Amino acid sequence: MNAFTIKDLCLWYGSMQALKSISMNIEANSITSLIGPSGCGKSTFLKTLNRMNDLVEGVQITGSVLYSDKDIYAPEVDVNMLRKRIGMVFQKPTPFAMSVYDNVAYGPRTHGVKSRAELDIIVQDAMLRAAVWDELKDRLKKPALALSGGQQQRLCIARALAVDPEVLLMDEPTSALDPISTSKVEELITSLKQSFTILIVTHNMQQAVRVSDSTAFFLLGQMIEHGPAERVFSYPRDKRTEDYITGRFG
Amino acid sequence: MNTRFKETAVKAVLLSFALAAVASVALITVFLVSSGLPAIGKIGLLEFIIGKRWASTAKDPGFGILPFILSSLYAATCSILIGSPIGLLCALYLSKAASKRTRAVISTLVDLLSGIPSVVFGLVGMMVLVPGIKQLFNLSDGSSLLSAIIVLSIMVLPTIVKVSTTALDAVPREYEDSSLALGASQVQTWLGVSIPAARNGIAASLVLGAGRAIGEAMAVMMVSGNAANMPSLFQSVRFLTTAVASEMSYSSGLQRQALFSIALVLYVFIMIMNMALSWLVKRSAS
Repeated sequence: MNAFTIKDLCLWYGSMQALKSISMNIEANSITSLIGPSGCGKSTFLKTLNRMNDLVEGVQITGSVLYSDKDIYAPEVDVNMLRKRIGMVFQKPTPFAMSVYDNVAYGPRTHGVKSRAELDIIVQDAMLRAAVWDELKDRLKKPALALSGGQQQRLCIARALAVDPEVLLMDEPTSALDPISTSKVEELITSLKQSFTILIVTHNMQQAVRVSDSTAFFLLGQMIEHGPAERVFSYPRDKRTEDYITGRFG
Repeated sequence: MNTRFKETAVKAVLLSFALAAVASVALITVFLVSSGLPAIGKIGLLEFIIGKRWASTAKDPGFGILPFILSSLYAATCSILIGSPIGLLCALYLSKAASKRTRAVISTLVDLLSGIPSVVFGLVGMMVLVPGIKQLFNLSDGSSLLSAIIVLSIMVLPTIVKVSTTALDAVPREYEDSSLALGASQVQTWLGVSIPAARNGIAASLVLGAGRAIGEAMAVMMVSGNAANMPSLFQSVRFLTTAVASEMSYSSGLQRQALFSIALVLYVFIMIMNMALSWLVKRSAS
């Protein structure tokens, strides 16, 4: 089943075209990695899926992005509800300057959950799923900014899970982390696959091989190749993909 | 002459200029303390600080400055209470909601407001505010604490707006994006993430504003009637600053010394605020 169906997606920042006629399907409950050299448009592409690009001044988007067969750029779409369903984790951990608990509870509170008992359950559940509960359950009242980078990033994943999304978009979620934290986050991502559709932008080929089911290679705003991760890395069909994954450029 | 000697010489010259500012502060402090203490000694600290009667030229003189202290605190607090929501919301609009053009226009006007001499505020207050308050509340005279509070509320706005805007601008974009990505609306994000993240800078803007309000003399003197009453909203009052300014020119003896003591008290208040400010700034940096 397809989660996203993308057709002829083009995006301009002012007069600079960042995405060129991208068409691809993204399967539900799978992990799709987006790879490519810096500035190839993969992060921009990721942000079109929860409409974070709307906030950039002078952005222009054509083509269509269907999520669950509905056009997410249709005028009647409630962008905030869309972003609740399609969560995002950023490159740099971005815990808010509040307690661990309040960070995770921020989303549900925003969406109107007030009862403390209900919040307690949501927070614990999200932190369990993000594999930070055991480490942090005794530090719920502590400021989140005092945590280590790896803990902060997993807390941010817990925060994203707390609004009960269907999709997780991850923009280089481990690039600011040390190897041990990285492997913890990778384990976490793999374990989340059953319940979520995950897209992950990464510069780390090994990571793409390790965690993803399918891989899409981006270059200069175009999507060059998309297929099962194993196949793309072992038998790339396009010369440019091969050059990139064998480290000849980028 | 070798290069190293030149470098040292230039540094020494720069240092001496930097010390000019330090020397001024030191000089003012020494001057205020040495000329402010004798009267406090003669009157008695308690009598001076909590005495309610100020009659510096009477046959049986009274030198209690509690009315001035309370009036100053009252006016500064109220003007911050009125000015902070207006200033903060203005800053929020400028930093987050306004287009570049609108922001440029409004910022320029706010800058202009901060550049208006305080005597002009006083004049406008005298011509517009004082008669207005007199009519509105059916008073015999509109020169009152209320007039001073309103004038000060406007005078502290530029400080609050500018410093708060800077603090809100400095909130990392990723914080706000993270909130939006959770499905929060822009307004929810500003209130739930941007303002809390900028809270130390915002608090600093309020302290700076309060400092400005306490230190203001000319504008409040022109609209407050300058009678040494205990503070009451619709009555004429005198402040620490205006107490010094209004009597200095004809003062003599103990009266003159007491005016220096008032200036010392004012100075202590400003020092406390500056300490609070640098504490806030240090905290927001960490």
